[in-house]
Amino acid sequence: MVKLGFSIGDLHFKNPVLTASGTFGYGSEFEDFLDVSRLGGIIVKGTTMEPREGNPYPRMAETPSGMLNSVGLQNKGIDYFEKNIYPKISAYKTNVIVNINGSYIDDYVALAERVNSLDRIPAIELNISCPNVRMGGMAFGTNLVSAREVTRAVRNVYSKKLIVKLSPNVTNIAEFALAVEEEGADSISLINTLLGMAVDVKRMKPVLSTITGGLSGPAVKPVALRMVWQVARAVSIPVIGIGGIMTADDALEFILAGASAIQVGTASFIDPQASVKILEGIENYLSAKGFSDIREIIGYINK
Amino acid sequence: MAKRIESLIIIDNKRLNNEYFTLELSPDDKIPEMKPGQFAQVKVEGSPETFLRRPISIHDINPVKNTIKFLVQIAGKGTETLSKLKRDNYLNIIYPLGNSFSLPPKGHKPLLAGGGCGIAPLLFMARYLKENGFSPDILLGFRNKERIIEFEEYVELGEVFLTTEDGSRGEKGFLTDHPVLKSMKYDMVYCCGPDPMMRAVAAYCIKNDIACEVSLENLMGCGIGACLCCVVDTVKGNLCTCTDGPVFNIKELKW
Repeated sequence: MVKLGFSIGDLHFKNPVLTASGTFGYGSEFEDFLDVSRLGGIIVKGTTMEPREGNPYPRMAETPSGMLNSVGLQNKGIDYFEKNIYPKISAYKTNVIVNINGSYIDDYVALAERVNSLDRIPAIELNISCPNVRMGGMAFGTNLVSAREVTRAVRNVYSKKLIVKLSPNVTNIAEFALAVEEEGADSISLINTLLGMAVDVKRMKPVLSTITGGLSGPAVKPVALRMVWQVARAVSIPVIGIGGIMTADDALEFILAGASAIQVGTASFIDPQASVKILEGIENYLSAKGFSDIREIIGYINK
Repeated sequence: MAKRIESLIIIDNKRLNNEYFTLELSPDDKIPEMKPGQFAQVKVEGSPETFLRRPISIHDINPVKNTIKFLVQIAGKGTETLSKLKRDNYLNIIYPLGNSFSLPPKGHKPLLAGGGCGIAPLLFMARYLKENGFSPDILLGFRNKERIIEFEEYVELGEVFLTTEDGSRGEKGFLTDHPVLKSMKYDMVYCCGPDPMMRAVAAYCIKNDIACEVSLENLMGCGIGACLCCVVDTVKGNLCTCTDGPVFNIKELKW
């Protein structure tokens, strides 16, 4: 039996396969296709204090080996989450993590306090990297001072595990990783989507209502991998790799480069079973290579 | 109805004209229960440019042959690739997805109104209505007589009225110009087609207090309500076309 677990401080994950925020709904959308409790964790849709309608349609564009989205954090707000989603999602035998968002630092703080009181949520993912909102989001994650400020403010009120999700839309991502580590982050997840755009040549206008959007899918994987490698070498807290992971081999690339865990995102749109297939593939790889514990290969290429 | 992901064998790929084809597929085991209006997310293999699945409505089912059928318009690289699939090839699909058309109250007279590729979900619906004791009329609109497809299939299921934009067959003009639509003998209209056509039919139905359901065809990411890309602005806020639709009562839409 291969050991697949990893930990963020004293929070244990039974395996390194999590699902990325905004790509896995609240888990229930996938119940016909897989047993959600098999996953190492699920990170639920980006949540805000107040309900949000998101951006106008069209908010998606298919691009080679990927897609652009500008959903803009559509969600029903924390009250709805607590009343209607939380009771159901608590039944999953896995770590359920809430991805939190806001326009101002006060929003993040208020939301972190609310989620802190939910017993079955052992961690939050602080989203300072959403490229599709007019205020907040990526604005925090692309400025070192703001990234520090929001992380510090949330750390002050949030006592459980704090994962900070970084934006790739910066020049030196390791600087941001070090900054949020210093402010008390327990883990770092990266990358959020890369800012991109598409133009409809036939209709001679932008495809997305917001003109720009976030690029995801295999198209971003080499960039994501490079950034995860840079960050993993810079910090001493666990790093969670995200970006275009479609297969077990993709996931293993991130782990070999230094990620302790990974998140499956866009892949779940094309194959709703992608996450469990990746989990099985990682286990098979380790057995075949004769490793008994995944920790033996985390950052293997750096050794 | 549990959703399934599986590869189905292609029984037949029938070219209807230079623009349309039908694919008939069969799974290894029994086809699941499906309702008219539902769709499948179809995987297109072989190119990084066809990264996402294509939502394609269920055109018809045949429980005896254990097949499901898609009517597809070649509109881009994805559908072009699908048009080249051969008998005995496999096609991976996620299905059945979305809600379905509702049945009208007993004794009501339904009209099915479809334009172009929008006729696709209406064949299954016509069969379903007939099986449930209704006699639907079917109004189909095409650009010209060369583009008329599947006419015989619909004739089996109800009285068919035709329009072509150039008048080469049937009434000349848009589907909404056909006198049968204005005859006021319908209690319920089921509509699918290009956006302007559906809006025109919806406007007519609202004005004349006729119940109407439309099937929308928004761009989709996942098809299962996870990505929130295919939203439509409704009186209840943004709803997912893939899970809250694709069929909407026009009273829900801000048209």
